[in-house]
Amino acid sequence: MSVLVFVETDGGEVKKSSLEALYYGAKVAAQLHTTATALVIGPAATDLTTLGQYGTAEVLHASDARLAQANPMAYAGVVAAAAENAEVVVIAKSSLGDALAARAAGKLKAGLVSNVTELPDTSAGFRVKSSIYTGKAFAVTEMKAGKKILTVKKNAVSPELTDASASVKPFAPALPDADFAAKVLSTEKASGELSLSDADIIVSGGRGMKGPDHWQPLLDLAQALHAATGCSKPVSDLDWRPHHEHIGQTGIKVSPNLYIACGISGAIQHLAGVNGSKVIVVINKDPEAPFFKAADYGIVGDVFEILPRLTQAAKEQLGS
Amino acid sequence: MKILVCISVVPDTTAKISFTDGDTKFNKAGVQFIAGPYDDYALSRAVELKEQSGGTVTVLNVGDADAEPIIRKALAVGADDAIRVNAEPTDAYFVAEQIAAIARQENYDLILMGRESIDFNGGQVHGIVGELLGIASFSPVMKLDIDGTTARFAREIEGGKESLEASLPLVLGCQEPIAEWKIPNMRGIMTARTKPLKVVEPVGHDSLTQVTQFELPPAKGAVKMIPAEDAGQLITLLRTEAKVL
Repeated sequence: MSVLVFVETDGGEVKKSSLEALYYGAKVAAQLHTTATALVIGPAATDLTTLGQYGTAEVLHASDARLAQANPMAYAGVVAAAAENAEVVVIAKSSLGDALAARAAGKLKAGLVSNVTELPDTSAGFRVKSSIYTGKAFAVTEMKAGKKILTVKKNAVSPELTDASASVKPFAPALPDADFAAKVLSTEKASGELSLSDADIIVSGGRGMKGPDHWQPLLDLAQALHAATGCSKPVSDLDWRPHHEHIGQTGIKVSPNLYIACGISGAIQHLAGVNGSKVIVVINKDPEAPFFKAADYGIVGDVFEILPRLTQAAKEQLGS
Repeated sequence: MKILVCISVVPDTTAKISFTDGDTKFNKAGVQFIAGPYDDYALSRAVELKEQSGGTVTVLNVGDADAEPIIRKALAVGADDAIRVNAEPTDAYFVAEQIAAIARQENYDLILMGRESIDFNGGQVHGIVGELLGIASFSPVMKLDIDGTTARFAREIEGGKESLEASLPLVLGCQEPIAEWKIPNMRGIMTARTKPLKVVEPVGHDSLTQVTQFELPPAKGAVKMIPAEDAGQLITLLRTEAKVL
């Protein structure tokens, strides 16, 4: 029984979070004395033989034209077909990953644990640790089912690459028409934007940014750091920034290497969405802002003076 | 139109999370329980759709008797009747099986719930329900209109949104801004007391997963403050000390 890893692409490029998941899957396979297979669905611009660097010898590529558009139901069918001989299916946490994990679990009657934060303990049975209560706690779950599906959070592992190459095989399971019954009327997607779930660095703004017209200094810093941009709930509620940037309990939960909060006081609902971050920086004019208690580094002062200083320092030191 | 709204009962978003019995049980002491905030959006939209074009809204919860005041509140907001499956919601698959078992008898046109429960944050129940019933599921849905047997809706995708059209029946995981949260009024609260709340026993199921241990995150170290005048120093520290740049 092997390990299958679903590898997600965006515009044909393999997502970074999926490369982490692939490395995670290869490590699980090693623990179980078996091999990991990668499954890529839809068109691929990345050279898929390079996935071998993350520890997989074999890549299955399902490239049926109908799979060009990400469709969780159809993708789940492909994952379930590829998982016929797999004991463990690993999927990077994402909007698509969540949706297809659930449908695949229904098809395979698989045990499913979401938001996994580290490698499983396979010394006796199969136990995984996952983030629960929006990052306020962890659970260790024993998975008893013959088939197991894990959705893995960003930063669960740090990949170490080899120079191995993978063989790529076409994969063409039957695709039921019913999975394509929904009609996509339109898609609005910000182009060239780093996705929050994939970003190593996030610069995020709150009400302290004072209005939608004052975002430029934050965007400048994000650009200098190659960071994605996020915002607090009030900011998206006020339509200062688009809803897909909302980070927090009822928005996106992120776990980047570095989270920089600008003018966000740190309500518990916001902290819940970011407390998986490795390093948190808080910039706020109020020294009593609760966010400082959750921060690694803090600066008290006017964001509109501090942000340009940070951008300048980043440009000087990082040559960006 | 027959709508089923599934609600989770979860600790309030500001609740302090702790565990008892050697970190094997959630500590309910002093914790206020609420209907999941995402589930509240689903319920509010269901009631709006009923107000627009008629039909019924049934609320479903998988949980123990402590959930009943929260179920009554959903009835006060405008649902017509409620079902409680008398069982501890052990994992997403188990909850989905209970929902699917009831949906098979009732043939709902729409099954709505929150995109995820805020305790385990899995966001899995709607997808498994859809699969078990053999109908389409989508999440997270932020806009929903019904025209006869056709649903037009928008779901959030990474970096944007996608507008879709599909035929009923559907299972949808909902999030803001699909509707404004509804606050029950006095009349709603009074009528909710006598609305039917049926208690049913769970369908048989072998547990696929079991939580064996809970843990709290390690305490955060002290914050290192940097003077605003030397803000640039932060970049140096992030590079050389924290090593994240």
